[in-house]
Amino acid sequence: MAIVYAGWKEYSWKTSDKDWTTAKTITAGVDVGSVSSQALVLTDNDIFCYSNVHTGSSSPDSAHKAMNMALEGTGIKLEDVQFTVGTGYGRVNVPFANKTITEISCHARGAHWLFPSVRTILDMGGQDCKAIRCDEQGRLTQFLMNDKCAAGSGRSMEILGELLSVPVEDIGPRSLDIKKEPPTVSSTCVVFAKSEALSLLRGGVPLNEVIAAYCDALAHRVYTLVSRIGMEEDFVISGGIAKNLGVVRRLEKLFGVKAHISFEPQIIGALGAALFARELLEKSAST
Amino acid sequence: MFGWLLNRQMLTLSYIANYGYTDASGNYYITIDSQKCDGCGKCVDACPEKVLEIITDDYDDLVAKVRDEVVKNLKYICGPCKPTSGARELRCLMSCEKEAITHSW
Repeated sequence: MAIVYAGWKEYSWKTSDKDWTTAKTITAGVDVGSVSSQALVLTDNDIFCYSNVHTGSSSPDSAHKAMNMALEGTGIKLEDVQFTVGTGYGRVNVPFANKTITEISCHARGAHWLFPSVRTILDMGGQDCKAIRCDEQGRLTQFLMNDKCAAGSGRSMEILGELLSVPVEDIGPRSLDIKKEPPTVSSTCVVFAKSEALSLLRGGVPLNEVIAAYCDALAHRVYTLVSRIGMEEDFVISGGIAKNLGVVRRLEKLFGVKAHISFEPQIIGALGAALFARELLEKSAST
Repeated sequence: MFGWLLNRQMLTLSYIANYGYTDASGNYYITIDSQKCDGCGKCVDACPEKVLEIITDDYDDLVAKVRDEVVKNLKYICGPCKPTSGARELRCLMSCEKEAITHSW
């Protein structure tokens, strides 16, 4: 059987110390991304459970799969969820969503809830990269999105992993385990990465330094993106690449600040959506 | 009445949206300031390439936006209005009385 280096396992998490039956509000956020989808359920103002699954070819199915996996074993049924907000690039295809909100607003909201001091959020997703600025109340003030090129996205790291036969979760640690500074790669393009990576390896550059070179290139590319809208502290990195310490450390070095990383960086969009759902539910109850 | 006005003020959100991309040849972004934009739609009619549209944003305000279909091709789609031989006044910018639209290139 072929080994798939870019593969990752779907997973879910649920709290052990809270009883959902006593909660006043049960709201959910579903973030259907280009590569992965997340569902998160809030009971009152606490995270009750969440899941992270692969996005398939059908957004409605992915949304259902994420939600079912999050609710599995918790006793909560889909009907018990009072309000659901859909977000992410497949947000219009979440069948059970009461409302859709862009992932940009949701990321600002979610990151602000986790880290109230945050002013700049960098979301590095599967196929795009977003730089978001928010105010002291977690409201969007500026954003910039780059989805034209895969070079600043999680996909580029998956391709690199496939190319060099390195599991994608090992890329970060390996890129930091180097003896000297990596060479500069001339092209950040992942389509051309193969020939350049191979010629570096053939030229005697150790594997870890080649990996480091691509982490460096990605960090530089994203750095210019964020610089366009300006970086204000505190700084949060979300999305799958936040799990890659090689990229995170290099970005911190470029900006000269330490980044906040959530215990689960991929759920920030779904968390923001669930927070919006809670606010909308309360608003509809009061009118 | 003033309470309503105040409330409305607090609910209305302003943000700066950058639509576009960076590639090896430069930065191609159209920036829309939602505080200035009132969603009048004059820019939508002014643009010969139908680059802009009016949407209802997350905060229930009408605002102009670059259409998703064209956002990755701005350099080429806006090309006819931006000849390299001398600047021409851009119709989208001229149509906007609030000066909510700016181009990065």
